[in-house]
Amino acid sequence: MAVRLQREPFDAGAEAARLTQGREEVGAVVTFTGLCRRGADSGAPLTALTLECYPEMAEQELARIEAEARARWPLADALVIHRHGRIRPGEPIVFVATLSAHRAAAFEAAQFLMDYLKTSAPFWKQEETEEGTSWVAAKAVDDDAARRWDEG
Amino acid sequence: MKLLYFAWVRERVGHPEEEATPPAGVETVADLVDWLRARGPEYAYAFAPGAAIRAAVDKRHAKPEASIAGAREVAFFPPMTGG
Repeated sequence: MAVRLQREPFDAGAEAARLTQGREEVGAVVTFTGLCRRGADSGAPLTALTLECYPEMAEQELARIEAEARARWPLADALVIHRHGRIRPGEPIVFVATLSAHRAAAFEAAQFLMDYLKTSAPFWKQEETEEGTSWVAAKAVDDDAARRWDEG
Repeated sequence: MKLLYFAWVRERVGHPEEEATPPAGVETVADLVDWLRARGPEYAYAFAPGAAIRAAVDKRHAKPEASIAGAREVAFFPPMTGG
């Protein structure tokens, strides 16, 4: 179980391979990789995305969310990687992997981790286009996605 | 206590962090926002009524009514947009 905050890109395939190596009790691994899209929210082409973060709180929040996922689902392992700094279109931003004996727990836990991370981990995206820079506004759809886990 | 600002709150206030000693009577996050707002035009701009600002007390999410008694670090920032 781990969370990592880093500036450098990561290799999602290598992370998944490393996590599953020799884990014969694991029957399911779900991975999610969030990528930097070329299109800004305004529709203009994006030059880069800069992710600002509150590092100490981000590590603490990611660890808290991961512990919550482990309490809700029988996970053999989990990993969350979140980048910060300047990221270019096509590069990875965030990675979530969940390992479990069966797929349902792995799928659900991965979705839970992403939904919660988006609304509670202290990261802020700033888009850079030819017109200048602008802070990305939070989306109601993300709040709704996180809230549905509170209802069950 | 240490005050931290992030994203457009940081840009509007004009600096990422500062030390501050709020007077007695400033007991909650909401009190602190009111006190900061009166410190100057850049704070009034950053903490304009209706601005969507979140807070964390000692690195934990905090609601406006949360106490800041004994807090070492209070952070202000917009709703999060990571992931």
